[in-house]
Amino acid sequence: MDGNYILYKFILASVILLISLVVAMYSTLLERKVAGFIQDRLGPNRAGIGGILQPLADGLKLFFKEEFMPGTADKFLYILGPSLTMMIALLTSAVIPWGDSFAINGTLYSLQVADVNVGVLYVFAILSIGVYGIMIGGWASNNKYALIGAVRAASQMISYELAMSMAIIAIVMMSGTLSLKDIVEQQHGMNWNIWYQPLGFLIFIVCAFAECNRSPFDLPECETELIGGYHTEYSSMKLGFYLFAEYINMFISSAMIATLFFGGYNFPFMDSLNLSHNALTIIGSIVLFTKILFFIFFFMWVRWTLPRFRYDQLMRLGWKTLLPLAIVNILITGFVIMIKHHL
Amino acid sequence: MTVKTYTGSLSGRSKVVSNKQMTFAERIYLPAIFKGFGITIGHFFGKKATLQYPEVTKSRSEIYRGMHVLKRDDQGRERCTACGLCALSCPAEAITMIAAERKEDELNLYREEKYASVYEINMLRCIFCGLCEEACPKEAIFLTDRIVPSDLHRSDFIYGKSLLVEPVDQRIDISHRQTPAVLSFKKDPTQTHNS
Repeated sequence: MDGNYILYKFILASVILLISLVVAMYSTLLERKVAGFIQDRLGPNRAGIGGILQPLADGLKLFFKEEFMPGTADKFLYILGPSLTMMIALLTSAVIPWGDSFAINGTLYSLQVADVNVGVLYVFAILSIGVYGIMIGGWASNNKYALIGAVRAASQMISYELAMSMAIIAIVMMSGTLSLKDIVEQQHGMNWNIWYQPLGFLIFIVCAFAECNRSPFDLPECETELIGGYHTEYSSMKLGFYLFAEYINMFISSAMIATLFFGGYNFPFMDSLNLSHNALTIIGSIVLFTKILFFIFFFMWVRWTLPRFRYDQLMRLGWKTLLPLAIVNILITGFVIMIKHHL
Repeated sequence: MTVKTYTGSLSGRSKVVSNKQMTFAERIYLPAIFKGFGITIGHFFGKKATLQYPEVTKSRSEIYRGMHVLKRDDQGRERCTACGLCALSCPAEAITMIAAERKEDELNLYREEKYASVYEINMLRCIFCGLCEEACPKEAIFLTDRIVPSDLHRSDFIYGKSLLVEPVDQRIDISHRQTPAVLSFKKDPTQTHNS
C-alpha cells in the first residue's frame, strides 16, 4: 500500500463527504421549495438568487442559537446522541459506488471508497446502529415526549428493517453477490433490477421512507402529538445535527435505491456511444446523481402528498403486509432462479 | 306492545352510511396514492398565489382608506386651520393638535390666520373610518392609499406634521376621495360648517 493509494482514498473520501454535506444542505432548501410549489407558494427566494443562500442562513441561525441543555439530562449521552446520528448517517456513503473508475497512467482509480465484498450487509449493519443515535438522544433528554419519540423510532426502525432486508435478499439471490459494485456492474445498460424486482422495489422504497423517519412514517418526530419527538429538548447545532442527519439519510437512501434498483451509474446505450472509459465514468456519475436527485425529490413529493399513518397502522403495514410480501417475493425469486437453472 | 321505530329521515338530509368492504384496489392504497401524486404534481407546476410583496402589491379599492395626508393648497400653503373638528369627530380620539396664530412673515406657509403648530395622529388608535376628512371644512385632511408601516415602538406610531403634511414637491393625489359628490357636500350651505 503506497502513499499514492492512501492519498487517492483520502481525497475520494473527503470529496464524497463534502458532496454528501452539500447535497444534504441543499436538500433542506429543495424541501422548502418543493413544499412551497406543491402548496401553490414560491418557497424561500430572498436570500441570494432564488434563495440559493438560504441553507447558509439557516445554518448560521442554528449556530447562533442558545445552547440549552436540560438540567436533568445525562450530559455525556445528550451530546453523544446527535454526534452518533450524524456519524452513522455519513458512514454508509463509503460502500456506495459513485461511479465506475478513472484510468490515469494505466492505473484504475475506482470511485468507491471501499469495495467491501459484503457491502449490502455493511449498509444494513450501519442502518441498525442508526437507531441508537435517536434512542440515546431521546433517553438522555429526560423528557417524556422525547422518550416516547425515541421508543417509537426504535420499534419502527426495527420493524421495517426486517422487511427491507428481506426485499434486498431477493436482489442478492438474483445477482449472487453482496458487493454493491458487482450488483451495479450486473445492471449494465438498461438491465436494471427494477424490471425483475418491482415488488421488491416497492417494499424497499416504503421501508426506506420508514427508516429515514420521513412522512408518511414520521411518527418519531410527529409534531402534533409529541412536540418534536426525540429532539424536543435539543437546540442550536445539536438540533441542527439531527435535522441534517435526516437529510443525509435521505440522500444515502436515494443513492441506495438508485444503486440497487436503477442501475447505479449505468445508463442506456452506454456501449454504443464510443466514448473513452473516463468520459463514460463522468457521464455515469452525472447519471447516478440525476437518479439520486429524482429520488430525493420523490421523498419530498411523498411528504407533501400523504398524511401520516397512525401508529397501529404503521405496525400493521410493516408486520402484516410488507414482511409477508417480502417473503413471497423471495419465494418467487427462488422459484424463477430454480427454473432458469434447470432449463 | 311493539315499539315502532322510525327508519326514515326527519330532516330529509340524512345519508345512509356505507360500510361496504373495500375492493382490492382500495385496500392496497396504491391507486389512491398515485392519484394523490397526480394532484400534488399538478399544483407543483400550477400557478402560484404568491405576490412578491414589497415589489408587487395587491391592487386595492380606489377609495381605500389608509394613512392620512395634510394637504397644501396650490401655492403650497397648509390648508389646516386647527379648528379641531377632525379631533372632535374622531371616534377613536386619535387626533390631537395645538393651534397657533400666523405671523406676518408666515403668509406663504399657512393659508388661514390660525394654523396647527402641532398636529398628531396616533396610528395605533386610528380606525381609518374617514370621519376626520368628512368633518374637515378646509379640505385639509384626506385618507390616502398609503399603508402605515410597522414599527418597533408605540411612540413611533404617533405621526406628527413631518409625516402627515404633504411635501411641496411631492403632492399626494387624493382625487379618488375628493369626488364631485364630496365636493358638493363640502360646499353645501345647509351644512353648518360651511356657513
